[in-house]
Amino acid sequence: MKSGSNLEKVLSQGKFAVTAEIGPPKNASPEKLVQDAKILKGWVDAVNITDNQTAVVRLSSIAAGVHLAQNGVEPVVQMTCRDRNRIAMQSDLLGAYSLGIRNLLCLSGDHQKFGNHPQAKNVYDIDSIQLIDMVRGMRDDRKFLCGEEIKEHHPRYFIGAVANPFADPFEFRVLRLEKKINAGADFIQTQSIFDINRFEKFMEMVRRRGLHKKVYIIAGVTPLKSARAARFIQKRVAGMIVPDQLIERMEKAGDQKAEGIKIAVEQIQHIKTIEGVAGVHIMAINWESVVPQIVEMAGLR
Amino acid sequence: MIVAEPKPIKEVAGYIKDCTKILVVGCGGCTSVCMAGGETEAEMLAASLRILRKMEGRELVTAVTTITRQCEPEFVESISSKVKEVDAVVSLGCGVGVQFLAEHYRDKWVLPALNTVFAGGTVQAGIWEERCGLCGDCILHLTGGICPVIRCAKSILNGPCGGSQNGKCEINPDTPCAWHLIYEKLSAMNRLDLILQFHPAKDWSKERSGGLRNRKREDAVL
Repeated sequence: MKSGSNLEKVLSQGKFAVTAEIGPPKNASPEKLVQDAKILKGWVDAVNITDNQTAVVRLSSIAAGVHLAQNGVEPVVQMTCRDRNRIAMQSDLLGAYSLGIRNLLCLSGDHQKFGNHPQAKNVYDIDSIQLIDMVRGMRDDRKFLCGEEIKEHHPRYFIGAVANPFADPFEFRVLRLEKKINAGADFIQTQSIFDINRFEKFMEMVRRRGLHKKVYIIAGVTPLKSARAARFIQKRVAGMIVPDQLIERMEKAGDQKAEGIKIAVEQIQHIKTIEGVAGVHIMAINWESVVPQIVEMAGLR
Repeated sequence: MIVAEPKPIKEVAGYIKDCTKILVVGCGGCTSVCMAGGETEAEMLAASLRILRKMEGRELVTAVTTITRQCEPEFVESISSKVKEVDAVVSLGCGVGVQFLAEHYRDKWVLPALNTVFAGGTVQAGIWEERCGLCGDCILHLTGGICPVIRCAKSILNGPCGGSQNGKCEINPDTPCAWHLIYEKLSAMNRLDLILQFHPAKDWSKERSGGLRNRKREDAVL
């Protein structure tokens, strides 16, 4: 075991992992996080905490992770490269580990243009793959990025990375995944899958390169709340593909929320049959309460 | 070249509101080429400032001159007699030009008429685009001659990120994704091995993070 986290145990035992995702509040209270922890406890193996997603200021992902852990849910702390340089990131990696955080997801981060402080200066001292390499170096080589030795108590994270099979160039996405694995990623969470055919093609390429044997791939699923939401994701969210027929199905449904849940369950059941997929990551941001129902309907618990 | 663009005229008028006589200095270098601060632009700025002042019912005397390059002391010195005569100098040079004038004429108020925007080139008549991030450690030999440091909004060195779709950058549908361009170029050149290599964390001490930079060529020093 590299980190000893629950998520690492579940995956290394070959069990189909289930993770969810929470966006921390835009205030200084742990109340919502405690509520979400109560809803999700026992239903999932770990829960991602976003790091100021879409570049909107929120309670810090590390602090939120501690609140979740205190309430019985194992966190996956997300860390982006947008807001901190290598000094601050390594400092936070030591701090988060000292607070019991064991799972870390490394991302570039959404550009600040999309957030509530578009005037901000971005950092991007290092990129997501360099971050993976840095966290792996701290764990396996016991070294800071500069090469200086971490003499004792080096942080040992279970290192996550993301893959987006729906971004371009498509044929490069698998090669970039491989770069992340080579840099030190232990598990991968994918962007939300709506175009399952494209994901099938992606996994076929993954298997051809044998990557599913080197890393745990957790497939992203997002339940659609309404046809309007689906249309918004299709048109406005970068790096996402939502097929028209899915939106049409949502439009025709009497109860769109129920239909969204049904689609998510069908997707999970389909994804479970794809060789090389080690789990699902259910991203129901601002709709966390639906996660237990989806998990139950999909027969994951 | 260094590309600049004019500041709003009212902003410049505000800088000189207490002056009665100003010298408007154009630059024959980069800002002239990017049509922001050459002879024509200097004359037009002076005329506009006079008109604005007249509308206030007051008078503004302007003198206009353009020097070969504002970033070289000998050209800067060549206008000393004109500088003496005025309350303030308005420069149509880039940020470097304004500072060279201000350093040279220590007792004179030197004001910028332009915003200096980027190091770039002319992509078509009237359109200029950024190309160099002045990072001090060029990696164009690894990226097919396309700079991710400045052309990628996140300056990532192992791209393209997950926001690249249909060859465009997620932050602006009109901006090509630099890493998509790099991928296509390397692919066409049969050098995709370069994009598969891990680019380690960059040494930013060679860019502005490392403090003021200067360059010395011993054999050229007098």
